[in-house]
Amino acid sequence: MKNSLTIAGKELSGYFLQPVAYVVMTVFLLLGGFFFFALLRYFEVTLTAYSAMQNPEVLQRLNLNERVIEPMLHNLAIVLVILVPAITMRSFAEEKRTGTYELLLTAPIRTGEIVAGKFIAAAAFMLIMIGLAGMFPLILVAFGNPEVGVMFSGYLGLAFLSIAFVSIGLFTSSLTQNQIIAAISCFGLLLLLFVISWPTQGGGGALVDLVRYLSLPDHFAQMVTGIIDTRDIVYFLSLIFVALFLTQRSVESARWR
Amino acid sequence: MIEVKNLTKAYGNFVAVRDVSFKAENGSILGFLGPNGAGKTTTMRIITGYMPATAGTVLIDGLDIFSQSLEARRKIGYLPENPPLYLDMRVEAYLRFVAKLRGVPRAKIESALDHVLEVCGLTDMPHRICGQLSKGYRQRVGLAQALIHDPPVLVLDEPTIGLDPRQIHEIRDLIHHLSGNRTVVLSTHILPEVSQICDKVVIIADGRVVLEEYLKKLPAGTSLEDIFLNAITKERHEDGASAEETLEEVGAGHT
Ligand SMILES: Nc1ncnc2c1ncn2[C@@H]1O[C@H](COP(=O)(O)OP(=O)(O)O)[C@@H](O)[C@H]1O
Ligand SMILES: [Mg+2]
Repeated sequence: MKNSLTIAGKELSGYFLQPVAYVVMTVFLLLGGFFFFALLRYFEVTLTAYSAMQNPEVLQRLNLNERVIEPMLHNLAIVLVILVPAITMRSFAEEKRTGTYELLLTAPIRTGEIVAGKFIAAAAFMLIMIGLAGMFPLILVAFGNPEVGVMFSGYLGLAFLSIAFVSIGLFTSSLTQNQIIAAISCFGLLLLLFVISWPTQGGGGALVDLVRYLSLPDHFAQMVTGIIDTRDIVYFLSLIFVALFLTQRSVESARWR
Repeated sequence: MIEVKNLTKAYGNFVAVRDVSFKAENGSILGFLGPNGAGKTTTMRIITGYMPATAGTVLIDGLDIFSQSLEARRKIGYLPENPPLYLDMRVEAYLRFVAKLRGVPRAKIESALDHVLEVCGLTDMPHRICGQLSKGYRQRVGLAQALIHDPPVLVLDEPTIGLDPRQIHEIRDLIHHLSGNRTVVLSTHILPEVSQICDKVVIIADGRVVLEEYLKKLPAGTSLEDIFLNAITKERHEDGASAEETLEEVGAGHT
């Protein structure tokens, strides 16, 4: 554990020695702010229109969460599909390329500790970034009356999603010494999680059920609408666990005869 | 003490190291000599536990680098062929990180840091960014990271490669000075280096050991250069020339 924290500390401060982290964070927050502004503006226009029509029933159903926060979180999830590979691609690939991998693997630490350290750092980075994006709903709390619980659940979903993404990014980075290959294969896997259920329309059976279970949007959408279900949490935790397990195997494989 | 026993390493079908055995006694400096591509780096990577051997084993103070890997690795300081620096870190932060990684107790980190900065001539450099250092200073930082936990065993892969003559001289002095009662294995393809600082020489060519001998036991009047050239040409002509034969031949040529 101590060794993991040593590595996590090095990694996390390493992110901020590099312009990539700042660029990723800025892009994420600017896009988030843009979505928020655009959706809020649209909400306002709709509100004014229905008010003019004197239709109290529809007005009742216009919901700030549904109209602004939910679509914003869905958009940010897609943005993460592109940004996460940019953050994680370095993690192992760069160490292999520059030779610092030799330092890590000959130090008296376990491969699991190396993987855990890099995971903690990447996850912490995502939590900081998503935490900063939490200022958008705070604005709503200050000026309106949104459902705080639903918003919290949505942000929790985004946090789980981002941590699952970085685990997959660490895995692809552990397979190569080329950052571009690491990033693109991570991007491919993340995108696949969004579309994997497409061929299962109308099908049945164990395999189809499994593929449907793997599909990320359903689990994420649940949390975004405010439903914290253990099944969805278990889904994200298993993604994280499997990806980290494979990463550990991949790092450890350098030691196999 | 480092005992290398019958190491063989194959990269796919290509055998880079074949049945290599030698021994570095406590407190001695062993020069691991061989032309480029002979298998020096491969052997050292196996000794330090970076990669596994296809066959054979390595004992570090009696600990097996494969089956007791963590304990064995604790005893080693290692300077790989390319100094393993994080180029955007500052020297000081980098060395502190390695110290923690190598298990130096928190309370001793600062004194260990001051010590290696002093020994490696880096006292003016702690705030410099690794990536902005010259090759010579990178090599010093590489040495400093290998020494920070005061290891009983030191493995240095071509510590003087790419340096200018003055830097070579400095690094050589440094190694000589810091060896103390450590067991040091250093690889090189520069002959004078061995005769100047080593107690023992192991010559390797095409993945095989062609000579293992104490420097003081080399026949008087023979130069290391003759032995080296003879050993590696012999190896090319007929496989398995023994160390005695090699020595005899060179010795005979000089009498
Ligand atoms: N990762 C690798 N894959 C395949 N061949 C390798 C690898 N590393 C080294 N070799 C080959 O093994 C031989 C020995 O290399 P090396 O141990 O680096 O020699 P030295 O350090 O003595 O110059 C060389 O022919 C080299 O090309
Ligand atoms: Mg080499």
